[in-house]
Amino acid sequence: MSETVLEVKDLKVHYPVRTGGLIVGRYTPLKALDGVSFELKAGETLGVVGESGCGKSTLGRAVLQLLTATGGAVAWLGRTLTALDAKELKAEREHMQIVFQDPLASLDPRMTAGDIIAEPLRNYRPAMSKAEMKSKVKDMMVRVGLHPAMINRYPHEFSGGQCQRIGIARAMILDPKLVVCDEPVSALDVSIRAQVVNLLMELQRAMNLTMIFISHDLSIVRHISHRVMVLYLGKTMEIAPRDALYADPRHPYTQALLSAVPVPDPSVARARPRIPLAGELPSPLNPPSGCVFRTRCPRATAVCAALVPPQEQPGAGHDVWCHHWRETKVAP
Amino acid sequence: MTQRILDISDLNVRFATEDGEVAAVSDVSLHVNKGECLGIVGESGSGKSQTFMAVMGLLAANGKATGSARFGEIDLLKANEHTLNTVRGNRLAMVFQDPMTALTPHMRVGRQLTEVLERHRGMDTKAARAEAVAMMARVQITEPERRFAMYPHELSGGLRQRIVLAMALLCGPELVIADEPTTALDVTVQALILDLMRELKEKHGTGFVLITHDLGVVAGLADRVAVMYAGRVVENASVAEIFAAPRHPYTKGLLACTPRLTDAPTAVLPTIPGQPPNLQKLPSGCSFHPRCAAVFDRCRAERPALAEGGTLNACFLNHSVAAGGAA
Repeated sequence: MSETVLEVKDLKVHYPVRTGGLIVGRYTPLKALDGVSFELKAGETLGVVGESGCGKSTLGRAVLQLLTATGGAVAWLGRTLTALDAKELKAEREHMQIVFQDPLASLDPRMTAGDIIAEPLRNYRPAMSKAEMKSKVKDMMVRVGLHPAMINRYPHEFSGGQCQRIGIARAMILDPKLVVCDEPVSALDVSIRAQVVNLLMELQRAMNLTMIFISHDLSIVRHISHRVMVLYLGKTMEIAPRDALYADPRHPYTQALLSAVPVPDPSVARARPRIPLAGELPSPLNPPSGCVFRTRCPRATAVCAALVPPQEQPGAGHDVWCHHWRETKVAP
Repeated sequence: MTQRILDISDLNVRFATEDGEVAAVSDVSLHVNKGECLGIVGESGSGKSQTFMAVMGLLAANGKATGSARFGEIDLLKANEHTLNTVRGNRLAMVFQDPMTALTPHMRVGRQLTEVLERHRGMDTKAARAEAVAMMARVQITEPERRFAMYPHELSGGLRQRIVLAMALLCGPELVIADEPTTALDVTVQALILDLMRELKEKHGTGFVLITHDLGVVAGLADRVAVMYAGRVVENASVAEIFAAPRHPYTKGLLACTPRLTDAPTAVLPTIPGQPPNLQKLPSGCSFHPRCAAVFDRCRAERPALAEGGTLNACFLNHSVAAGGAA
């Protein structure tokens, strides 16, 4: 693979939440994302997994500057996005796109499919003629598996899978270099999900896209990603090349997540041991001291409450934040 | 001897719409035995939810169900509202997908639980409270006493779904119909809820109908599986047969396009081409034929009946000439 294109360093998104004080408000920071770092190469797909509230969607949006980071930096091709003004950012945005979870809600119901897909062209290629725009849109529709004859139809006339294809066509029409996919297939039927996953992988290869694929579905993430990052309460627990993460997970949270994934095979599903997680997700307003996962961790000891675990390297490109990673080797 | 607790026979559900009648469910016959979990698998519009909405007497006003659904001595489709109200929430319970809409937002969750006990069991407030707190602990809600006094919006999605499950289980139902009970939940919480359902099934003989699109969930809990497509059951077999030796091309396709953690990733996932059909414009013959790789002329002309052929399935490929001719 080629050179690093995206550098995310110590990215933080904190929201002030009013927690008391009748007249003079008292605010506590809600740490939606708290110091996440990673790098991506051109043509690489990073899968981001974790439970609801772990900060995975916040991460995708903060990378694209769709929400303002409280701290840290995002650099794209060496330019620090977090330091750009609005005009410079708009220029950079041409290369960055997002595909959302809810296919119907992310399309304007009063625009036709053709207008929706052409909107980025109208924004970034104002000089382009109508005819050229239309032919580009039709080409893109064919590419994502939509019949170009449907160009004048409205979103409600399409099925969920087709709406998601419209969303993907809109994201791809400017030939972006970085695409964030936020749960792009979660709302789709099983038979349609595989079609859309294949489409995304095909586009990713053909266009050499750098992709951030956010999902709670660990089976799909394994299929589509080159590397996988596991988040919990806004912090990275583990990041590793795909095969290392699935075959040799070192963080107890990764192991618990993997052991909870339903397996479509009754003999395996009923026989394999599960690592149960104690209790519930702590409030992000009042995260545990030391390791944020310790309150639910089967291996937590005194050191986990006292110290934030340092970054450790069990293997090449494999980072884990756990005091006990050496002891946590399990048979997959 | 296995005891049938629910016996659905020739169920048809039709909705009257402005564009004409829609056949949501056609000729569905299914049964659930005591202590058994029947998995219902299908995609949007397959009729999997409407089948059991009809059984529960919860169809929308423009819907009409024919056939029969025997639950003990009662035919649920012919019972009046009064009879249904003594059965539902008591001997027959339902768990819906979205726990937020299943709970009343302005009522403390504890009160919503005790109401069930007071109504169906005639308990006094104190006894009902003790029972409700005990049930909350059983569905693994930590600090049940404190949670008892909370409103639904104060609880996380996983906790809310556990409250809904606790509510369904309060009166010790013979049958629980669970429609996508874990779809909105994280995998770790999903695993806990499925464990709990398994325990009830095995230790207390509670029957379950598990409606889901997730084959992994079915594999972990169901004893038998019915696969539905375009309003009909297309395959009905034991969970082992469905996963190890499926016979209907749709079942095979669904299994193939579900990625597994245990398989090596491939460059391209197998898919089922096309999309689930519009119920108002159903294809001729077998509803699955436009998406089927093994389609031949007869599939376009004639609808295969559900018949024995390896498993109980609706595909000409598996039926001997005699069985196919009877269709």
